Amino acid sequence: MGSRASTLLREEEIEEIKKETGFSHSQITRLYSRFTSLDKGENGTLSREDFQRIPELAINPLGDRIINAFFPEGEDQVNFRGFMRTLAHFRPIEDNEKNKNYSGDFIAFRLYDLDRDDKISRDELLQVLRMMVGVNISDEQLGSIADRTIQEADTNGDNSISFNEFIKVLEKVDVEQKMSIRFLH
Amino acid sequence: MPTGSGWLSPAGSGRSLPGRGLLLLTVLVLLEGTVFRLGAASTPDVSGHDTKDHHKATAIGHNSTKKAFPVLDLDYGHIQTPFEISLWVLLASLMKLGFHLIPRLSGIVPESCLLIVVGLLVGGLIKIAGEKVPPVLDSRLFFLCLLPPIILDAGYFLPIRPFMENLGTILIFAVVGTLWNAFFIGGLLYAVCQIQTGNSSELNGLGLLPCLLFGSIISAVDPVAVLAVFEEIHINELLHILVFGESLLNDAVTVVLYHLFEEYSGVGTVTVMDGFLGIISFLVVALGGVLVGAIYGILAAFTSRFTSHTRVIEPLFVFVYSYIAYLSAEMFHLSGIMALIACGAVMRPYVEANISHKSHTTIKYFLKMWSSVSETLIFIFLGVATVDGPHFWNWTFVTVTVILCLVARVIGVVGLTYIINKFRIVKLTTKDQFIIAYGGLRGAIAFSLGFLLKEDHFPERNMFLTAIITVIFFTVFVQGMTIKPLVELLAVKKKQEAKRSINEEIHTQFLDHLLTGIEDICGHYGHHHWKDKLNRFNKKYVKKCLIAGERSKEPQLIAFYHKMEMKQAIQLVESGGGVKMPSAMPSTVSMQALPQLPKGREEEIRKILRSNLQRTRQRLHSYNRHTLVADPYEDGFDKFILKKQKIIELENKPDSDSVPIIQVDLASPQSPDTVNVMDEFRRADQEENQGLMMRCPRGPSEPKKSEDTEGARDQQKLMRCLSDPGPSADEDEDEPFLP
Repeated sequence: MGSRASTLLREEEIEEIKKETGFSHSQITRLYSRFTSLDKGENGTLSREDFQRIPELAINPLGDRIINAFFPEGEDQVNFRGFMRTLAHFRPIEDNEKNKNYSGDFIAFRLYDLDRDDKISRDELLQVLRMMVGVNISDEQLGSIADRTIQEADTNGDNSISFNEFIKVLEKVDVEQKMSIRFLH
Repeated sequence: MPTGSGWLSPAGSGRSLPGRGLLLLTVLVLLEGTVFRLGAASTPDVSGHDTKDHHKATAIGHNSTKKAFPVLDLDYGHIQTPFEISLWVLLASLMKLGFHLIPRLSGIVPESCLLIVVGLLVGGLIKIAGEKVPPVLDSRLFFLCLLPPIILDAGYFLPIRPFMENLGTILIFAVVGTLWNAFFIGGLLYAVCQIQTGNSSELNGLGLLPCLLFGSIISAVDPVAVLAVFEEIHINELLHILVFGESLLNDAVTVVLYHLFEEYSGVGTVTVMDGFLGIISFLVVALGGVLVGAIYGILAAFTSRFTSHTRVIEPLFVFVYSYIAYLSAEMFHLSGIMALIACGAVMRPYVEANISHKSHTTIKYFLKMWSSVSETLIFIFLGVATVDGPHFWNWTFVTVTVILCLVARVIGVVGLTYIINKFRIVKLTTKDQFIIAYGGLRGAIAFSLGFLLKEDHFPERNMFLTAIITVIFFTVFVQGMTIKPLVELLAVKKKQEAKRSINEEIHTQFLDHLLTGIEDICGHYGHHHWKDKLNRFNKKYVKKCLIAGERSKEPQLIAFYHKMEMKQAIQLVESGGGVKMPSAMPSTVSMQALPQLPKGREEEIRKILRSNLQRTRQRLHSYNRHTLVADPYEDGFDKFILKKQKIIELENKPDSDSVPIIQVDLASPQSPDTVNVMDEFRRADQEENQGLMMRCPRGPSEPKKSEDTEGARDQQKLMRCLSDPGPSADEDEDEPFLP
């Protein structure tokens, strides 16, 4: 935390964030210090380059998409509020606060569904598969895997995966325990 | 030994008359040899026996009394030991057979109980017959022969992902829980003994250390018993892995405590220094065991990389390396169980990538067979050993022990869960806690450890043994029998029957990447971060060393996909071949909800398959041990696909923008009307939308080729499947290493 008065976190801001996202006081301060350490430009917001500077993220196959998830539609900078809002999706959810807007499944779905039409089409799936699998596999094989995936999950026959179908598959993977990070609780 | 040990009896040909005659001759010769060996023999007329001289090296008979020529004689002592062992194994197997023939019984009473009862009966029979009961649960026999197969089976098929995810919880239960149990039981028993000073004198001399020793023996949850009982109740994966993992990992604790107290019981005191050394010893035992196991596991994986030309002995490497790992660990008094688990778990992903399909089946079935027989034998021997005694029944001691065991377990589980739940994302509910507490069964390991005690050091040994047996009986019978109805009553979540689909696989990996990314953004080096690092290390360096050839570069997703496809193809053939290709059905992997074909159609298909079947059988020569006829469909199924791809690519080379035709699976999503597999073979020109098959836009020659490819490939698949029915659908194999 620097001595920049404009970027110090005020108590009332912490309270607001706490109410909105449910994080605890200590977690918010911890994440704020992380935010400022990433913010090389010291202007209170993060740009895409700031994220890309994280070394492990660079080798993550889904790195770019994850970074994109932080930035709301069309913008290039994200402030601390937005940062926390995205991270709130990965808080372990207590049973009594199941909130669909803040569920991790939704973010995961958005990572697949780039054009935001609420459906994962075959191409979008192919793109994600290609990112995860690397370059050794031929397009045809990947295509057949994608087809198989859609075939398995698709219940209404529109040849793409809707959010509900996605949720149903994730249920089997027992997602509640997986879609959260231990740190953030 | 001049008996017929070297004689190769042509037993197989004993059908025809000359064969039978030859067999009879062999038997006579063998018996004759036996008689000679017994020494009270007639004149050895060597010249007359020159045709059979290769099994009668020396003529023994010296004396001159001539007896009648013995036609039939009995020499039991010669074959006694192997014969008895075989009889026991046969008994165990027959019992296993028998129980499943009586369906009602096996539904109510778990197998382990029935086996103990059988053991009691057999022991009783032996005693009545006046014979001495063999010390069947002799510790050496138990620890060196009976226990390893069970543990290896458990370790090799250990579901790594749930195990690693819950490792913290499992370790806390195993270490802290067992320590708590041991000290609680030991301490309170000592207190009870002190209280009893006035009354019966037997309990008087019981010092603190023997009590603690007893506590440490009786406190450990037994993997054999847990496996036997939990296998039948099909409980959900989390609880299963928690209890089972605990039973495996508490071995280290038990070993250390046992040796600690046994050593110092003679001396009489344990100082703080000893306690400190004990802690260090525990770390050495546990980590050392794991290290030894991992080293041997890597050796085995490395060896399996070179076995592509000697497929026959591949399974042997797995077994031998594992057993040596166990023995090496036991040699240093490290935890043999942990060594075995580590060895199996480490070698599995690499070995499975290297070995052939058939070897995989062999390993799987051998492990299951051995562990099954071992388990059966252990329970029968428990029964026999109970009859054998020596017993010393002391009401106070035994009842207090039983009660204390239960109480200690419950308190331990509840207390630990309270602490653990603070760190878990998925909390353990009360129901879970109950099942964990109730599933803490004791078994044969406790008995063997008690048996190992020396009578002179521990005059109370018999009392201990009686108490141990009582606790074992109680847990196995009472808890074992009632756990199933309790599980039903409490509506505990059962094991998910559905197999892992490709969807789940993809999404799991996707989630892993996602969460790792988020962790990196937060700057938090958590669970996912380290898992990701390990995976990357694995892919970059380890896989290249340990996996042969092309498979080392295969991404996990693709390997999984191949496996699934193959399994499906096998299932297709096994189910009679008359299976419709479902279109847009949610789970094509589990062929459960498939519509039935009309009768006539099915018969047609069966006929086709039958004729195919016969042809294949004739083609496979009955190979001898030394040379497996290179089965072209056997090895390198993947290489075959790659080769075919390359050929097709080569052929299509001049045509740069045509898409090579690659068929990847049988279960292609078809057009809405369901298509029969057999039709695929016959009809060359299907409608354009084949789903997977991308035709190049050129002329009629292409479809022909594709049909040939498809037909040929399917034929290959059929024949390969038929020559080796393959492992039965089992979710054990679906788990990738560190997914």
